[in-house]
Amino acid sequence: MNQVGFPLLSLITFLPLLGGAVIMSVRGDEATVAQNARWTALWTSLIVLGLSLILWWRFDPSVAGFQFVENLPWLPEFGVGYRMGVDGISVLFVLLSTLLTPVCILASWEAITTRVREFMLAFLVLETMMVGMFCALDFVVFYMFFEGVLIPMYLIIGVWGGPRRVYAAIKFFLYTLAGSVLMLLALLAMWHFAGTTDMTVLMRTAFPQTMQYWLFLAFLASFAVKVPMWPVHTWLPDAHVEAPTAGSVILAGVLLKMGAYGFLRFSVPMLPQASAYFAPLMFTLSVVAVIYTSLVALAQTDMKKLIAYSSVAHMGVVTVGIFSLNIQGVSGALFQMLSHGVVSGALFLCVGVIYDRMHTREIARYGGLADRMPAYALTFMLFMMASVGLPGTSGFVGEILVAIGALRVNFWLALLSSTGMILGAAYMLYLYRRVVFGRLTKPDLRGILDLSPREALVFAPLVVVTLWMGVYPSSFSRFFDASVAALVHSQQAAVAAPTRQALATMAGGGAAGSGSGAVPWAGSSGSAR
Amino acid sequence: MIYAVAVLAPILGSAIAGLLGRAIGDRAAQAVSILGMVIAAICGNIAFAELTWGGAETGTVDLGTWISAGPFHVAWALRYDALSAVMVAMVTLISTLIHIYSVGYMGHDAYPTYRFFSYLSLFTFAMLMLVTADNLIQLFFGWEGVGLASYLLIGYWYDKPSACAAAIKAFLVNRIADLFFAVGIALVFFVFGSVEFPAIFAAVGQHAGETYTLFGTAWPVLEVIGVLLFIGAMGKSAQIGLHTWLPDAMEGPTPVSALIHAATMVTAGVFLVARMSPLLEFAPTAKALIVIVGGSTALFAATVGCTQNDIKRVIAYSTCSQLGYMFIAAGVGAYQVSIFHLITHAFFKALLFLGAGSVIHAMSGEQDMRQMGGIWKKIPATYVVMWIGNLALAGIPFFAGYYSKDAILEANFDVGTGVGLYGFVCGVAAAFLTAFYSWRLLIMTFHGKPRAEAKIMAHVHESPAVMLVPLIVLAIGAVFSGMGFHAQFIGEGWHEFWRNAIVNAPSNHVLADLERVPESIALLPTFMGVLGIALAYVMYVAAPSLPGALTRAFGPIYRFLLNKWYFDELYDAVLVRPAMALARSLWQVGDATLIDGVPNGLASLATDSSAQVVKLQTGSIAIYAFSMLIGLVLLVTIYLLFR
Repeated sequence: MNQVGFPLLSLITFLPLLGGAVIMSVRGDEATVAQNARWTALWTSLIVLGLSLILWWRFDPSVAGFQFVENLPWLPEFGVGYRMGVDGISVLFVLLSTLLTPVCILASWEAITTRVREFMLAFLVLETMMVGMFCALDFVVFYMFFEGVLIPMYLIIGVWGGPRRVYAAIKFFLYTLAGSVLMLLALLAMWHFAGTTDMTVLMRTAFPQTMQYWLFLAFLASFAVKVPMWPVHTWLPDAHVEAPTAGSVILAGVLLKMGAYGFLRFSVPMLPQASAYFAPLMFTLSVVAVIYTSLVALAQTDMKKLIAYSSVAHMGVVTVGIFSLNIQGVSGALFQMLSHGVVSGALFLCVGVIYDRMHTREIARYGGLADRMPAYALTFMLFMMASVGLPGTSGFVGEILVAIGALRVNFWLALLSSTGMILGAAYMLYLYRRVVFGRLTKPDLRGILDLSPREALVFAPLVVVTLWMGVYPSSFSRFFDASVAALVHSQQAAVAAPTRQALATMAGGGAAGSGSGAVPWAGSSGSAR
Repeated sequence: MIYAVAVLAPILGSAIAGLLGRAIGDRAAQAVSILGMVIAAICGNIAFAELTWGGAETGTVDLGTWISAGPFHVAWALRYDALSAVMVAMVTLISTLIHIYSVGYMGHDAYPTYRFFSYLSLFTFAMLMLVTADNLIQLFFGWEGVGLASYLLIGYWYDKPSACAAAIKAFLVNRIADLFFAVGIALVFFVFGSVEFPAIFAAVGQHAGETYTLFGTAWPVLEVIGVLLFIGAMGKSAQIGLHTWLPDAMEGPTPVSALIHAATMVTAGVFLVARMSPLLEFAPTAKALIVIVGGSTALFAATVGCTQNDIKRVIAYSTCSQLGYMFIAAGVGAYQVSIFHLITHAFFKALLFLGAGSVIHAMSGEQDMRQMGGIWKKIPATYVVMWIGNLALAGIPFFAGYYSKDAILEANFDVGTGVGLYGFVCGVAAAFLTAFYSWRLLIMTFHGKPRAEAKIMAHVHESPAVMLVPLIVLAIGAVFSGMGFHAQFIGEGWHEFWRNAIVNAPSNHVLADLERVPESIALLPTFMGVLGIALAYVMYVAAPSLPGALTRAFGPIYRFLLNKWYFDELYDAVLVRPAMALARSLWQVGDATLIDGVPNGLASLATDSSAQVVKLQTGSIAIYAFSMLIGLVLLVTIYLLFR
């Protein structure tokens, strides 16, 4: 709304860096530094969370366009600016990121004992990158944050990870970077065509049909890896297995959403025809992902791998929802993304709790935990059921909305993309049975302790959000209702009007040909679409 | 409102008992959950009475918005009509009795029981949400909640591997059916633009002619919806093919079996079909499917019940069979009759399970009828109520089951279609088998010489009052619920009783015709029942060598029945093992070898080629100079050639 007002978004984005600077300036012996780093990181992230709650409070859900817009010229001669803003689609992801960061810092309180200062610093930098990416309204700014996320995450896996951390970190880095190179090309092409990198302008720019196809494929290469979609998902299980608990939580909770967010922010609004054209491909890949990775999850013997594969399956549901290109499907996809962010994060925390105690993720090494850890068993049960999509938890709402959206496309798409209902239940219940149920026979498990107060504190907000989203989802979905409706309508209008489209294309082409900065509407970055 | 209290009191009890159970102690947790149930039962029955006799208006109790996305809107609301109210009254009453009974039954359990009572109340709450739902999504909420609670309760003794396996099986088999149910809901929204019952039912007529293309054929869309919802119902109500979870569900404590089989779970499918009556009346093919599946289940389960030796397993198959009866009634349009049977069945099936629990309690946990016998004098009260339960189950005149079962068979005969006849024949045959296995159970359990060890026999004792009182109340219901409600449910008062809760198409006058069935047909089920009892008497009292001889003579058939038609083995071979094998191969071959082969291959290609390139750097100036010379020659040659 406020073009020159208080730069709330920038504050939320860059405040963590300030906390990082404070951490770096602390001197003293190792224990003091570590303790200071923990507290500083926690307080910084809590303040950021508080600020984003203000954002949540002040956000006007009835408006479809961007709010809290900031706009500074940066490279005006190239049409590049520092533009920030949130709409209904992105605002909740900012909240998700700022909610999960303190949770992760708290979860690493005792689990991380080496290089604590650097770890906390990496996490705060990561928060800046994540929040910045969701707020960016300029393609160049977006790209920088999008790629910037890689660096702290790479370090978190590579430095504080498990035994094969280097392999996993490099695999993670190379996979995601390879896709991003193509996105950079797409960025250049779009900039060349439109003369600006302002995303609000790009959304209104009509790209020619063939160009849309190529751009779509370039975006696909980048986003599909991040989602991850089948068959470029294999970096994820390795990364999760080797990452420390907090790394897994953020990876599953926020980083996996970047790909799907990219589809919603770029592919669908900027390339409407291509999105419709490639939807069958996306459906196929998604359905394969749901069935294939659910089955693979069933065979896992490592808890983290199992949950990692389940994430791929759940994200398959998300991509089905997005490319069903109707209100229910897109709303369902958004809801599923938020829900999965909380629930899969919580599931990784559940694994982390017993990993911290027993230092193994091998399912077979557990069994009968319900005897010694009733509170843990209850918590794990809740998140398991949310993952399975039980009504009353957050997982259900997204699933049923996507099913409804998918059925508008095709009966079989709805049926096949919902098979996760069965397979998801199979692998989760099977996991739970082997870990929590059964007789407690292993001698080293006899002394295992239930959740500590700190761990209970870590889980508490996630429990509340999971149930809240399940019982009263409207308090979240109302934020994106208007934006989703606008997105879907403009996409459908664009597809339905090929002639108008063609005319606009010619006009756009002429403008781009007339010179780099001379595009008449390049500078007028609107506050709303 | 009193109705909302009936629905919400159990969840309050459940939450307090479950979350604070350890803090407030076991006794207090039990008391809280029972208190919640008693309040619910009182309120539920008052609400029912007000509607039935007090002339209260039907309506809905609004609790707030749930989901909304564009035009897709779902509210939390409680529907108050005859169908919901009668279910609420029954569920709360039976569940309360089971709660009270559990105090005695679980008294010797090794674990603290607050968890058990919390789950029981949760189960009840989920079922109440299901039956009071005013839209399909809330119904689905209750539907899945029931699935969750059954999973928790069947696997209550989580250190028993068989209990864990049964719990997972129950959840998964139900989920398979739920997948179709969920897609059915999506299709309802697609067609009607709403999932609210009033909106759907009002618009059914307008969509009667529409078609939906599947398998390249255009089907009437209402038929497709009907079939999808019925597949969902098949899972919950354990119809043939999706029944395999029900017999295994007895791995849970016996009160749980009573709850699942009588009140809170398996009846959900029948309820769904009755609730969707306005839609199903436009879907004759779906209704025919319901009769065929129901009839087949009734007969199939009865045949299996005849050969089982576990007392709870016999009763479990009898439930399966009785649910088949309910479906054949609904399938011919006599939804009222199917709900009538649901209610009478709830009384006598809860009675039978709790009675069996009392027997097991007396026999120190023994469930195999071959290890029982000769105990009727030691536990006379249990013996009497088991007789009553079996009389009601077998449909002997003037007990509850007689009224409802007869009406079902009459309705099937009455419609005069081939499908109806199939239901009728299956039902009559099953009636014979039902009476047979019921008396086989009675005789093997209570009569003859004691077959248990002396130590167990010495310990046989009647259950405490806290268990006997619920049994007696249920026995009263098993005697009188048929007689008492006959007039309202399916007799002359049915119009006034049901009002618009259940819809029969104008062409459907099956209820009105019930009385016109020939005398000989009306008496047939009773006759078959008596015949079954007689056969059981002959085989297990008069000529005890006969069963053994028959077993030897018809070995393959006996083994086929004893092994429950090999459904479990079939599914294991066709679904479970291939799925696991596929899972492993997708992981090891698909992911690890093929997909990861590409990046790993590229990586090794890069390292290998760099290793080769390294070899060129020998450090010998002569070789470098020689290479340069060759290169120069090549370049000059190319230049000259293409000049």
